[in-house]
Amino acid sequence: MRAARTSVAAAISALATITAVAGCAQKSDAKDSDAVHVTASDDACEVSKTSFPAGHVKLAVENKGSKVTEVYVYAPGDRIVTERENIGPGTSASISAEIKTGSYEIACKPGMKGHGIRQKVSATGKGAVAKRDPRLDKAVAAYRAYAQQQADETLPAAQKFADAVKKDDLEGAKKLYAPSRVGWERTEPVAESFGDIDPKVDVREDGLEKGQKWTGWHRLEKSLWQTKKITAADHALADQLIKDLKDWQKRVGTADITPTGMANGAKELLDEVQTGKVTGEEERYSHTDLVDFEANVEGAETSYKLLKPVASKNDAALAKDLDKQFAAVGKLLDKYREGEGFVSYDTVTETKRKELSDAVNALAEPLSRLAAAVVTK
Amino acid sequence: MTDETGTAPSRRALIGWGGAGLALGAAAAGGAAAALGGGADDTETVADSGAAVPFYGAHQAGIATAVQDRLHFAAFDVTTDDRAELIALLKEWTKAAARMTQGHAVGGGAVSDLAEAPPDDTGEALGLKASRLTLTIGFGPTLFTDKKGKDRFGIADRRPEALIDLPAFPGDNLDAARSDGDLCVQACADDPQVAVHAIRNLARIGMGKVAIRWSQLGFGKTSSTTPDAQTPRNMMGFKDGTRNIAGTDTAALEKHVWVSGKAGPAWLAGGSYLVARRIRMHIETWDRTSLKEQEDVFGRDKGEGAPQGKQHERDEPNLKAMLPTAHVRLAHPDSNGGARILRRGYSFTDGTDGLGRLDAGLFFLAYQHDVRDGFVPVQRALARTDALNEYIQHVGSALFAVPPGVRDADDWWGRALFS
Repeated sequence: MRAARTSVAAAISALATITAVAGCAQKSDAKDSDAVHVTASDDACEVSKTSFPAGHVKLAVENKGSKVTEVYVYAPGDRIVTERENIGPGTSASISAEIKTGSYEIACKPGMKGHGIRQKVSATGKGAVAKRDPRLDKAVAAYRAYAQQQADETLPAAQKFADAVKKDDLEGAKKLYAPSRVGWERTEPVAESFGDIDPKVDVREDGLEKGQKWTGWHRLEKSLWQTKKITAADHALADQLIKDLKDWQKRVGTADITPTGMANGAKELLDEVQTGKVTGEEERYSHTDLVDFEANVEGAETSYKLLKPVASKNDAALAKDLDKQFAAVGKLLDKYREGEGFVSYDTVTETKRKELSDAVNALAEPLSRLAAAVVTK
Repeated sequence: MTDETGTAPSRRALIGWGGAGLALGAAAAGGAAAALGGGADDTETVADSGAAVPFYGAHQAGIATAVQDRLHFAAFDVTTDDRAELIALLKEWTKAAARMTQGHAVGGGAVSDLAEAPPDDTGEALGLKASRLTLTIGFGPTLFTDKKGKDRFGIADRRPEALIDLPAFPGDNLDAARSDGDLCVQACADDPQVAVHAIRNLARIGMGKVAIRWSQLGFGKTSSTTPDAQTPRNMMGFKDGTRNIAGTDTAALEKHVWVSGKAGPAWLAGGSYLVARRIRMHIETWDRTSLKEQEDVFGRDKGEGAPQGKQHERDEPNLKAMLPTAHVRLAHPDSNGGARILRRGYSFTDGTDGLGRLDAGLFFLAYQHDVRDGFVPVQRALARTDALNEYIQHVGSALFAVPPGVRDADDWWGRALFS
């Protein structure tokens, strides 16, 4: 789960849209001699320069330590700009990213865990950030506003949920649980780009790292549905959740968002549906997976709608297909509506789950081509 | 995977050196099995041979074609109701199939020049050779009329009479999740990765129009269409497919396998019918059955594969020397009014089931010009009295009409059906 999350973060994180294969191979304006050399060991993380020109930056990493390591570039607020995992002892790796002017931290994580050994660095000058279609700038601005709005609307909903928990109102809290998550689920890729908040509010028990305290929605979900008891510890967890969500609300506006990041973020939302919701794993106690499912789809559709003016010009057939598949998924979800929400997911049979899975595949596959369609031609 | 064509010894060389150990050491298992058989088989069977089977022709490849060692078979449900969309998909599939069978990646390839988007081809066959990949499409009864009798794509009146709903056979324990389908694609290759790659890419291309209903991986062909080669063995350790129709026996193919222009609908002329059955074997109980009973059950000896009372595998069987319930006796054309089918089955092992039993058996594939005088009467006879039934169970079943071959680059799978 951790790796998937990280990739989501990398996809939306703006400064860089990179893949291990293509990113390294093709950005030619970062020559080897210009690369920032990172020498990682078990107790140090040395960088050859702490200041470099903004634009396409190449990190040449050498792991001289005895443990497998990973290297991150963080923007302020621990937003992941780029990362590379699994750099074995004695091996080298190359990481490329488009980095805008500003301050960053490069972190080596020997043993691939923890906060990492960090170095402050800065990217200077104007950098080579490509000019882009003004309609895409508009889309990015609108999406940023949307992300903020979702966070703003989540807080009161989450507060109501937390209040119910603190009043030991088990049934009330159960009703308020799923709605309190909708804004988060709609903008999950952005939310997750804050690598420090996500593990506090949305982690599942099986996603915990050794030594990590389990907090957040799913911990409370387990109390409400599994142990069916609200304890004093849960009261504290409810407060903690609100505190962490306020942190998210405060920082969400600073997320770096790009058009391709939005497109891939939309795809990642469908991936979330495919890997966690369709299987019933995400909400294993409350079975409110369909609420998350809808929120993920809504978030993806918002990204798509904002990008559509450009996407439909570059690839009309793709836009037509996406319109159709979004409608098809919506129609399918309608079958499961009950009251203000959805039926409990444990009542959805295997055959019906396959139908949902097929519909998600039918949407996510063309959605994976949206990024290509928004690259200005 | 590396290309070893230049360095690996040819199969003929292996035969020349004469050592089974050598052959096993250097060639893929399927190749080794064939290598032991003798020199008359001209088809190369090792994955590294990399040969490409022609895609275009009067008949689809993958039927009379020399059987490759690996299989990925997939049945699809068509999820769109739009005839034009289905046709567009069949055209796109044909184009992709033509490329993949010749060892090429689909679309823009596995490594495109745009870092921000996923490549067209999934890439796991990059650098691998064609490996005699064949892709064979079939149309199930439900493509013509759905379970409620609805004419889905305006082709109900083109449903061939012989594309029946298979009757229930005694002893069947069919799992709906492993049965039927609107379309099927049989991918055979000498390299399993090549076969899986082909199905994966077709499924991906089809998303939104089709969805995989079920699929089956197979290995170790259990029937050969090259009778001069060594007959392979099934998971019960018996030689299977001794009396199969040879891919070179044009007369037998015309008589038993290809649909003639007179007998079936015009769109199917040169095509065939495919029966797919997932036959689970009760491996553990079979393994503790005495050799004598095993041989009596089949009607052949285990070592040579000779019919009971005879010396050699290919000796003419004396059916009366076998028990009346012997598998070979019951399946023989002489017991079935001369009915013959072309078998192309594969062994499968899908790990173990929840009870710790090997989930293994035979994925039976058979082609014939009409199931009503092919598979159906033979299976009726077998289902009733075959001694083998104690050790097997049919758990999946499907029937497809297999259109004729794609003629050239302008033609596509199913064109005659939809025109």
